[in-house]
Amino acid sequence: MIDVLYFAWLRERIGLPMERIETSAATVRDLVEELRRREDRYALAFSDTAALRVALDQELAEFDAPLAGVREVAFFPPMTGG
Amino acid sequence: MRVRVQQAAFDAGAELNAFSAGHSDVGAIVSFTGIVRDIHGGLVRMEIEHYPGMTERAITEFADHARARWGLVDLLIIHRHGPLPVGAPIMMVATAAAHRGAAFEAAEFLMDYLKSRAPFWKKEVTGEGAAWVAATDADEDALGRW
Repeated sequence: MIDVLYFAWLRERIGLPMERIETSAATVRDLVEELRRREDRYALAFSDTAALRVALDQELAEFDAPLAGVREVAFFPPMTGG
Repeated sequence: MRVRVQQAAFDAGAELNAFSAGHSDVGAIVSFTGIVRDIHGGLVRMEIEHYPGMTERAITEFADHARARWGLVDLLIIHRHGPLPVGAPIMMVATAAAHRGAAFEAAEFLMDYLKSRAPFWKKEVTGEGAAWVAATDADEDALGRW
């Protein structure tokens, strides 16, 4: 089981801030593929991963990073703080 | 070193005075306060979303880096989230060092990192609707100089 979090417009498009999912995805990219296949709203939200960032257990990561041992995956657009 | 992520408003002047008090080994204090501004006219409020946990973690990580790299005596970072009216302070950075060069540079570094590496997302709400603020290439490029 893995917690998947969504922020900003990604959260709005998917329609929820967090979900716990059962997955055998080996990498972030595999997880994205799995999510895309679920429903149109996921396919739409994840249509361009170049416009997205990912954090694994609250550390920024790459889309080819492995998911082994990861408890929390967060997807979000580029940050706009300050 | 103090890092605060909060919804509540803050008084930048009072924060700066409190930060400045009690240092005898500091020759320079630099502070920056970011304000909600109405760029295009018609802004009703700004809403800032964040990632609780990762926000504090990311900020503490680059604040530690800044403290070591510029030999800061102290630093303060306050960043708000939630709905913010036009004219309200969004965030504040203050750095204390022996000399002004280090204090200015460290403050700029912290600003650049807060903008692009701390998990906050700004949304502008106007009478017409709401829109997420897009990150710019300039923001990302600014990190390159560090």
